[in-house]
Amino acid sequence: MRARGRQLVAGAVSASLGVALWQAIGARPTPSVSLPTLVRDAMPMSGVSHDVTAVLLNFRSYDTLLEIAVLMTVAVVALALRDASNQRAPARRQQLVLDALVWRLTPLLVLVAAYLLWIGSSAPGGAFQAGAVLGGAAVLLRLSGFPIASVDHRFASRVAVVFGLTVFLGVAIGTLLAGRSLLEFPVQWSGALILFIEAALTVSIGVVLYSLFDNAPQARLGEPTSAPSKPDAEPSR
Amino acid sequence: MSTLAFDLVLGAALVATAVGALFSGELFRGVVLFVVFGLLMALAWVRLQAPDLALAEAAIGAGLTGALLLDAIGHLKRRRAVSASGDRAPGDRGPVDRISGDSASDHRASGSSTPREVAE
Repeated sequence: MRARGRQLVAGAVSASLGVALWQAIGARPTPSVSLPTLVRDAMPMSGVSHDVTAVLLNFRSYDTLLEIAVLMTVAVVALALRDASNQRAPARRQQLVLDALVWRLTPLLVLVAAYLLWIGSSAPGGAFQAGAVLGGAAVLLRLSGFPIASVDHRFASRVAVVFGLTVFLGVAIGTLLAGRSLLEFPVQWSGALILFIEAALTVSIGVVLYSLFDNAPQARLGEPTSAPSKPDAEPSR
Repeated sequence: MSTLAFDLVLGAALVATAVGALFSGELFRGVVLFVVFGLLMALAWVRLQAPDLALAEAAIGAGLTGALLLDAIGHLKRRRAVSASGDRAPGDRGPVDRISGDSASDHRASGSSTPREVAE
């Protein structure tokens, strides 16, 4: 099928899907259980005052645990893609404006990440957002050529990657050992436990996101990538 | 009333940048439009009263994914330059300045050989 025909088919399918979605959203039934009311009623037992954080880290903390396990798997896969082009960049020359911007911006980014982590208990924020800002700061340092460490097979890198999942699993096992059901925090400790878990998650999420960028096959000027092998049986059009 | 106008403009801009990112001739332009789409999507999340999602979208969708895609473009150009100067692969479309041509076949041609390269 030619390219134009394929685009027409894709457009027709997307348009019909859009119409079906529009009608489905319009005709949705009223739910029998009002989840926002349930969450609001259970907020005093959650240990935080922001409902999104309460749901993510207390009521549905098992889902967050699985998400962190997925992120750790992503870091392992990224490590597997590491090749010769990911070695540390050679000594850089000073670039006045870039250096001035980066060394002013990086402490601010770390401060913003710490703020997002702290404020997540009462306002939009939390571990994922703080971890994303940390990862972005690391990517900025890497792109500017600063000698930031790589996420490779060294022990410190591996500890940083698994730190969040280990802490989360430790708390989960602790709740089981204390005779409660999985990830059922004691009410008077739930705020502190949530902050503790979120701090560990922030570190790990930042390292995982940075490792995605660091271990992706990169092309640096003057360094050829590995020689391409002849691909067999290119699909003929 | 002004909120409705803002929402309509935001929705139209989202669709426009998405279409531009998918159908642009150059890969670089598509990635830039994708980053713009990520930023507009963060605004849309705010309008949908999900500020946590907006924060995550701005950082990951617009920032990190944009950087990764730009890296991928550099990698593709590097490999195409190497293969154009060396052997001609059977599916090779010709000289390096064909980069700005049809992006779809570029992705397919290089996507099929990437796993083998990485495994070497």
